[in-house]
Amino acid sequence: MRLLEFQRVIAASLMSGESGAAKLIRPSARLTAAERLEIYQRSYWFRLRDALAEDFPGLRAVVGKRRFVRLTDAYLRECPSRSFTLRDLGSQLVCWLEAKPELLGPRAELALDMARLEWAHIEAFDGAAEPLLDPERLQDLRAGLQPYVTLLALHYAVDALRVRVDDGGADRKVGRVRRQELYVAVHRVDGSVYYRRLEREEFRILEGLRQGRSIAAAIDEGFAGSRRDAGEIAGLIEQWFANWSRLGWLTGRTNTKRTGR
Amino acid sequence: MRSAKNQEYGIGVGLRLPHIGHILAERPVVSWFEIISENYMVDGGRPLQVLDQILEQYQVVQHGVSMYLGSAEKLNRDHLKRLKSLVRRTGTPWVTDHLCWGSVDGRYTHDLLPMPYTFEAAKWTAQKVRQAQDYLEVPVAVENVSSYAEFHVSEMTEWEFLNEVVERADCGVLLDVNNIYVSSQNHGFDAVEYLDAVPAERVMQIHLAGHSKFEKYILDTHDHPVVEPVWALYERAIERCGATPTLLEWDDQIPSFDELQHEAMKAAQYLPAVACR
Repeated sequence: MRLLEFQRVIAASLMSGESGAAKLIRPSARLTAAERLEIYQRSYWFRLRDALAEDFPGLRAVVGKRRFVRLTDAYLRECPSRSFTLRDLGSQLVCWLEAKPELLGPRAELALDMARLEWAHIEAFDGAAEPLLDPERLQDLRAGLQPYVTLLALHYAVDALRVRVDDGGADRKVGRVRRQELYVAVHRVDGSVYYRRLEREEFRILEGLRQGRSIAAAIDEGFAGSRRDAGEIAGLIEQWFANWSRLGWLTGRTNTKRTGR
Repeated sequence: MRSAKNQEYGIGVGLRLPHIGHILAERPVVSWFEIISENYMVDGGRPLQVLDQILEQYQVVQHGVSMYLGSAEKLNRDHLKRLKSLVRRTGTPWVTDHLCWGSVDGRYTHDLLPMPYTFEAAKWTAQKVRQAQDYLEVPVAVENVSSYAEFHVSEMTEWEFLNEVVERADCGVLLDVNNIYVSSQNHGFDAVEYLDAVPAERVMQIHLAGHSKFEKYILDTHDHPVVEPVWALYERAIERCGATPTLLEWDDQIPSFDELQHEAMKAAQYLPAVACR
């Protein structure tokens, strides 16, 4: 048997949990071939389940431990890791769950919001940073948003819920959570990840900048339909741009990273 | 094959998250830290910030867990590119990874799976090691892994396979004496016979670690102190290889930094004085 074929048989057994590869393994004095294979099968599933549980503790708290294991096992079967690093293991989870909300149980919308927030958290932790916007170039009337910043339009306050989970509530049952529309930026400052709540118009302007709109167009779209008066709008624009600059969110390069909804 | 700088590296410890605050605040005297390359092959953020702070104070050697030199697919270009960028950042004198496989058809198991000890596998693996070494422009050393299975297709022993690969690749060896012990217990071979067959002149680094003993097998868990039979193998390895950079791995149930360093420094009694700085 050639090396490639050999490795395909072993990998298929690890990922499926079936014992087909046992025929390739010599038994030892103490273990059968199937028992030896099982050591690797258990290790594969424990390692990958643990990695997802570590990255998505809020999702686990919302859906419960048993449902979390069922859904992550199904995810790993359909979306085996395609990256050399476990950091990327959950990169398809949100997209995969959006297509299978029934796996999330009765609070699917809350669970999906949490999964989006938790993937954004990973991106904010070690995502790329672009050079900051040069104030001299403001005349170009364009600005981009740091790739590590994710903008989320949410239906539940999963930002506060995730903080509670981090503070030791991971094994406690998540009680009733009130539905509300809110906008959150997941970002980092000095290497630590933070969740910052945004005004609706603020979110829309940032979304526009991310999509490559000019600053003027993003502001126009952001305040379209707003009931705020011109004076208030001018004050908010000044305040928000000052905040975004202080937080290092604005870059000289426009980009089109997806906004989470 | 040995790096000219390797006499500068005595007893090191693995850089692990729970110790970083202590290390940056207390600046303990440590010859060098081993980092898991993949933890720092990221685009930005805290991991690289912390690494840069460590590099201001300490020598760092890179150890990888996912190059999968024995996988039947080609080297992952994105992985290599990120690894080289990190090599430039750290100034690591050599790079290590495992003599194993772990991916197939672009799907990753994230495990260190044992090779079938065949001539075809040795030739293929050696070719990939050479490619990695050429691309990274630093010496590469391959580490023997712990294993829990042997295969019918194998045409040689593990130590013959190791020799076959490193001779063909002209690369170094990261000799893990705990892994030799674990595999010898699981497969019933003589650990000293293995050790005596290792090409001493190619051993660039040694790993020590603890393991967990179960009723029918031993698992390489890196969560205990080093056991006496492993120290005996280490003593034998030093007799054969001379003073060699040595690292204690501890990845689970991680003790305080002081306890970890105390355990690592036990290696000093087996090393000539020059290597114990």
